[in-house]
Amino acid sequence: MTQAQIPAVEVEDLTVAYTGQPVLWDLDLAVPAGSRTAIVGPNGAGKSTLVKAVMGLVDPVAGAVRIFGRPGGEAGGTIAYVPQRATLEWDFPTDVLDVVTMGTYGRLGWFRRPGPAERAAAEEALEQVEMSAFAERPISQLSGGQQQRILLARALAQKAEIYMLDEPFQGVDAPTERSIVRVLDDLAALGKTVVVVHHDLQTVVEYFNHVVLLNVRIIGAGPVETTFSEENLRLTFGGRLGVLASRAAQEF
Amino acid sequence: MNPELEILLIAVVTAVACALVGVFLVLRRLALVSDAIAHAILPGIVVAFFLTGSLTSPLLVVAAAVTGVLSVALIEALHRTRLVAEDAATGLVFPAFFSLGVIMVSRWAGNVHLDTDSVLLGELAFAPFDRWIVAGKDLGPSALWMMSGILVLNLVLILVAAKELKLATLDPALATLLGFSPVLLHYLLMTAVSITAVGAFNAAGSILVVALMIAPPAAAFLLVERVAPMIWLSAVLAVLGAIGGYGLARWLDVSIAGSMAVMSGIIFAASFLLAPERGLLSQARRRASQKLEFSVRMLAVHLLHHEGTEREKEECGLDSLSRHLGWSDGVLRQAVGHTVHKALAFVESGVLHLTEEGRLFAEDLSVGVD
Repeated sequence: MTQAQIPAVEVEDLTVAYTGQPVLWDLDLAVPAGSRTAIVGPNGAGKSTLVKAVMGLVDPVAGAVRIFGRPGGEAGGTIAYVPQRATLEWDFPTDVLDVVTMGTYGRLGWFRRPGPAERAAAEEALEQVEMSAFAERPISQLSGGQQQRILLARALAQKAEIYMLDEPFQGVDAPTERSIVRVLDDLAALGKTVVVVHHDLQTVVEYFNHVVLLNVRIIGAGPVETTFSEENLRLTFGGRLGVLASRAAQEF
Repeated sequence: MNPELEILLIAVVTAVACALVGVFLVLRRLALVSDAIAHAILPGIVVAFFLTGSLTSPLLVVAAAVTGVLSVALIEALHRTRLVAEDAATGLVFPAFFSLGVIMVSRWAGNVHLDTDSVLLGELAFAPFDRWIVAGKDLGPSALWMMSGILVLNLVLILVAAKELKLATLDPALATLLGFSPVLLHYLLMTAVSITAVGAFNAAGSILVVALMIAPPAAAFLLVERVAPMIWLSAVLAVLGAIGGYGLARWLDVSIAGSMAVMSGIIFAASFLLAPERGLLSQARRRASQKLEFSVRMLAVHLLHHEGTEREKEECGLDSLSRHLGWSDGVLRQAVGHTVHKALAFVESGVLHLTEEGRLFAEDLSVGVD
């Protein structure tokens, strides 16, 4: 039971640059195991890049990522990733159940085909996001919210320890948002770690217990009650906070 | 076997082998890469041809695979410098490879049966002359053996790595995370495309290979909604294109490769127009019926608004309705006909009135409008 002390995700001196321009600048960060962590910051703060660096999808210029104390490269299937839904080609000819089953491919390895166990895992994951009725539906016929839930189900089918979600609430309908929140609650109850790139400052306190304020550097990281302060938000968003807050208020 | 049947068999096997790899080219939006590879492998083919004197030796396959993969790697390396866009890089690399091959052919191979015409268009009619003879026994045309071998390789690739290819095509990032290298899979596919292109060289030459690789899968894409049926349907359409193309060539006494490509194009055009869900015609029909449905609703709501008012005669008169709604007479006649047919309205002395059912229908639609 020492896992509680070892952070689920640990980032040390991480710098990521695109064509010489640092996107993340010397980050030190620890995401406690079992936490529900929001990554918050303005556009261009490097939120998605941080997630991708943790997943090993972009190579850092410097620094290291550790997953449960082990080098990031060895994490394999212990982290599941829910990308922004626009990154997929949704006119690909396949159905919902097939896409969700892809979450199990990591356990299968090369050349082994999914069988009844994988199918059952996929069906269970679909049920968790309340999309069972859509199992046979071609993915080209899904709404944005449904696409988002399918990607979440695919991550669930992976049965990981850490779940990283990139803007899952971006432009989804209210039922989808409720469904995703319920799944995050379930995961937290199981002791899983959830890391979410989040853009809606209004719901941070409600949905998360841990927050990372990011703007190329880490402005603050810790429990929501202490870290999610007006002072820290001003430092993160600069003068734009007022604009952001009033725009967010208009949306509700 | 008579030579005609042999030619037909080579055509069929070639078309199916091309269509199988073509499915993933279409899905990965790499259709034109097949064109690039089919051209870029020429210098490899020429060198192997000089060494062996045959267009069907296994060395040709190896040489083509190496040249094809090399050209793809070069295109990607050029693109990675960020000085050249990917399409421009493709447009720079494959003509360079191809022209090198053309120069080699015209300079040194002028007196053997490898000329620029057969390079461009293939010459299936001569394929039965080159036979595979083992210990004095004639086993049939070498091209048929070679192409069948390539077809088996492609089948094995697609059957064994279907799950991996599907994942790497739909979501390369997830493929990476789960340990299925998309780069490795990409080059595996590019190798298959190169090998298939060299095999198809006999049958189709380097220009028409792209038609055999792309047209059947592009047609199948419009007809089915899953990968597996798309693969099998592509193969079936490829067979039809090959047989139809061969028949066309015999009938008109023209190039077999050209006829096969034309037939593949016709099959695609038919699917493009007639596919039951996604074809052009069914889409147009769906749009027209949606439009009619909507005009019926608008008409019903309009009638409800003016029902029992002083101006009802004017607003809902058959002669004046088109003016009030701003519709053409044709659209109005269709909408009125449909509304009356569905018993939502009836005509009485030149004025359109809602039926009881029509009133409920219109009231339902009006909820929330005001």
